Amino acid sequence: MAQVSMTVNGKAVSGEVEGRMLLVNFLREDLKLTGTHVGCDTSQCGACVVHVNGEAVKACTMFAAEADGADVATIEGQANADGSLNVIQQAFQDHHGLQCGFCTPGMVMSAAALLNDNPNPTEHEIRAYLEGNICRCTGYHNIVKAIMAAAGQDVTSIAAE
Amino acid sequence: MYAFEIERPSTIADAAKALKGDDAQALSGGQTLIPTLKARLAAPETLVSLTDIPEMVGICDGDDGSLCIGGATTHAAVAAGAGRYAGLAALAANIGDPAVRNRGTIGGSLANNDPSACYPSAALASGATIITNTREIAADDYFQGMFETALNEGEIVTEVRFPVPEASHYEKFVQPASRFALVGVFVAKFADGVRVAVTGASEGGVHRWTAAEESLSANFSADALTDLTVPADGLIGDLHGTPEYRAHLVKVMTGRAVNAAF
Repeated sequence: MAQVSMTVNGKAVSGEVEGRMLLVNFLREDLKLTGTHVGCDTSQCGACVVHVNGEAVKACTMFAAEADGADVATIEGQANADGSLNVIQQAFQDHHGLQCGFCTPGMVMSAAALLNDNPNPTEHEIRAYLEGNICRCTGYHNIVKAIMAAAGQDVTSIAAE
Repeated sequence: MYAFEIERPSTIADAAKALKGDDAQALSGGQTLIPTLKARLAAPETLVSLTDIPEMVGICDGDDGSLCIGGATTHAAVAAGAGRYAGLAALAANIGDPAVRNRGTIGGSLANNDPSACYPSAALASGATIITNTREIAADDYFQGMFETALNEGEIVTEVRFPVPEASHYEKFVQPASRFALVGVFVAKFADGVRVAVTGASEGGVHRWTAAEESLSANFSADALTDLTVPADGLIGDLHGTPEYRAHLVKVMTGRAVNAAF
């Protein structure tokens, strides 16, 4: 067992973890932050994407002990201070960027990382960036549209398909 | 996963010492090793993390004009910081997906030597030097078959030194489910000749295509490949492609890499 301390969504947290405890399990089981989902548990689907020191990572493919001392951001910390949805979340709602919603936390966190690096991405850049995020409802079209809208682009002429 | 402890040394010396322990295993970005542990295909007593060692992270220029990359440097950092070697930066920018590139490292990729990984082709085509905590190994001697390298037990890839070619390009035919290369070809044109390295194709792992190197050294054009054929013997055959299909792809990808090289 090892003692870990990190900042999660701006709050200092700590806990005792086994070496094999994944970051996603520390978030979900110890901190009860169940917004971060485990989809495939094989590093492929991206439902568990969180930010570690500002970078998108798969929380199912990193150990909690490796995040000791890190600054972690999850979907629970994305809303505005007054509790309203942030720009990306609101765009997902406005443009029907979610169907069953299971992949959405990872999609939103990946979108936030993309827009942080590239505030005005093309449709192609968005699709390429989401290569590691799988939506099993196959609702990609509106996810991409929502991210374009969140970037401030005019998407009124893009029809829902 | 079976249970294990994690150590996070902050120097190469401490990491080397920790790796001398019973059933100790190096952990770099973990993008291959963690799924392997989940499948219970490995059972280390201790994982020694190599990603908190500042002397193993970063990109610098060598005195001889080479590009030096620390073993624990992530693919994303190489994509962003290796612009002087455009073919290498572009290769790093297309490994896996963004989240994988934020964790996976060049040293981890080279130590694992997956037969379909991208980095081994860059190291071999560049004639890179793999630097470990104990010695320097030429890429031509380093890759020894599928998942086999010249590394000894507990030896750590601390740095990779790439000669920078005049022109280069990596052309990857992506296997869309895994995003590994079904076949990938790295072409590097130096003043004294062209080197061509092929990944994804062979049961022996990454290898050079010497016939193409000779033709391209005389005439750096896709036309120089016209009369060459790639034998299918020893190439990988699986549900994604037959050995003959991969042999065909090797030639096509090489031609595309030459056309795109700059």
